[in-house]
Amino acid sequence: MAPETAPETAEAPAAAPTENQQVLALLHKLFGADSFTDVSEPYGLLTATTTREKIHGIIAGLQQDEELKFHFLTTLCGIHYPDQLNRELGVIYHLHSLVHNIRLRLKIFFPIADPVVPTLSDLYSAANWLERETYDFYGVIFSGHPNLIRILNVEDMDYHPMRKQYPVEDGTREDKTDLFFGR
Amino acid sequence: MAIDALEGTRQITEEARAQRHDQLVPTLNDFSQELTTLNLGPTHPATHGIFQNILQMDGERIVSGVPTIGYIHRAFEKLAERKPFYQITTLTDRMNYCSSPINNLGWHMTMEKFLSVSVPKRAQYIRVIMMELARISDHLICNSILGMDTGAFTGFLYLFQEREKIYEIYEEVCGARLTTNMGRVGGMERDLTPVAIEKLRKWLKEFPAVMREFEIMFNRNRIFMDRVVNVGPISAEKALNYGFTGPNLRAAGVDYDVRVMNPYSSYEDFEFDIPVGTKGDTYDRFIVRNEEIWQSLRIINQALENLPEGPFHADAPHFYLPPKEAVYKSMEALIYHFKIVMGEIDAPVGEVYHAVEGGNGELGYYLVSDGGRTPYRLHFRRPCFIYYQAYPEMAVGTTLSDAIVILSSMNVIAGELDA
Repeated sequence: MAPETAPETAEAPAAAPTENQQVLALLHKLFGADSFTDVSEPYGLLTATTTREKIHGIIAGLQQDEELKFHFLTTLCGIHYPDQLNRELGVIYHLHSLVHNIRLRLKIFFPIADPVVPTLSDLYSAANWLERETYDFYGVIFSGHPNLIRILNVEDMDYHPMRKQYPVEDGTREDKTDLFFGR
Repeated sequence: MAIDALEGTRQITEEARAQRHDQLVPTLNDFSQELTTLNLGPTHPATHGIFQNILQMDGERIVSGVPTIGYIHRAFEKLAERKPFYQITTLTDRMNYCSSPINNLGWHMTMEKFLSVSVPKRAQYIRVIMMELARISDHLICNSILGMDTGAFTGFLYLFQEREKIYEIYEEVCGARLTTNMGRVGGMERDLTPVAIEKLRKWLKEFPAVMREFEIMFNRNRIFMDRVVNVGPISAEKALNYGFTGPNLRAAGVDYDVRVMNPYSSYEDFEFDIPVGTKGDTYDRFIVRNEEIWQSLRIINQALENLPEGPFHADAPHFYLPPKEAVYKSMEALIYHFKIVMGEIDAPVGEVYHAVEGGNGELGYYLVSDGGRTPYRLHFRRPCFIYYQAYPEMAVGTTLSDAIVILSSMNVIAGELDA
């Protein structure tokens, strides 16, 4: 289910793959090769999956690393794959090293029954609201977050609307069923 | 019956009065220690959008502030999971509605990157012109409203006329003014018409004088400077930590601009400077925006002078709608038209992040596709959602009137904030 087969585009700069390889080698050196799985480069952006136990250490290390200097958290967002057993929920981090102009995408997946991940708000102030948004949308609990309450939806909402079990339209409606295209 | 109802009302009123008499509002005896809670917003003429700040005030000083947002949350990320790719454009221009073309074209570029469609040079240049016009109109609104919040209404009136002219150019290019829905995946929906070019040239000739007038009125104005210099400064480190991008980050002294760092749509062809500030205060943000307007003008002039000949859209029949006349006459065009409108294009499986330099910062689109007709997940990196969280820190310790000025100089657009 997790997309990994994206092709390289002509738009991606030719130097990017080697640069990504260097970053990957550094990542392996700093945090151990077994910390990263599913390494790929969709559209030239280095992507790796790690675990929630390691994510805080890795991102803190990347931020403080003298060589890589990932000082900038571009964004983080949640994702829900209902079919991945025990890896239903995910959080995807986009980091950017402004000094070297390298972007990095890190993913973690964890069971929906136990959606607790460490907060990044102690490292990046930007993570504060992004994590609140992810909590609001997906119900991911960021442990250690200073103020983990809903941000965009109303306080008394009792579900997390971006999870896949909540369709945009009422699932019992039949007038919009498209019999010809099967959707 | 009528008397009974009246009697009931009277009873209720009296009970309420009696209750209120019992519960006096507790106050401290020492008035110098007392804090006032002030609701700034949700609807307040000086917040220019619907968001609330609950401020604790010690006299005129702000002691703490808690922003509440989400008043116009429309669940765009959820809606996007049901819409075919081409229908998402209309969601994007409702985010930062002060510079909708950047949002629209940024989304198209994301799709083009994702589908590996290469866009002809002419379309890229037209896009650059439109995006820079959008940046100018965005900055015009922000800076003139900042002037208005400090009590100078004239600049606002003058510049809104110019924004109106920009909107007329939009109208000529895409038929709409505010929510533009400009461009298509693969290029523009139509070529620049002679009328559009004429309007653009006329505006390019007339606008600099107005802009200079505006700058003369504000840039070294003693009253204006007293209100904005050293108000709400933020250091470069803090701004980066808070995820600032765009003019706000550059005002703090970091020269990060997506147009230069990761050029898209042929930005590498143009010569322009990235203005940076030193202190990151309100004045720096104002000056950086003004200077960016001049740089945008430079880019537009270069793009218009070197506008290449050729097609205005890619030869990508799977994604780009055929002309309507062809749909009526040719079978292939009809099939493609039908497939595109029904959202039956073949999207690959994959994920892509594409960022453009929006009016107020790095506007990113993170698209995850499972090969279906709609995105599996679409996340918008909305610049002002991320940097607005620094507002309490910047406002604490200042006076209420300064807080208004800081807010307005940050260019927070409610539609983008709440998505």
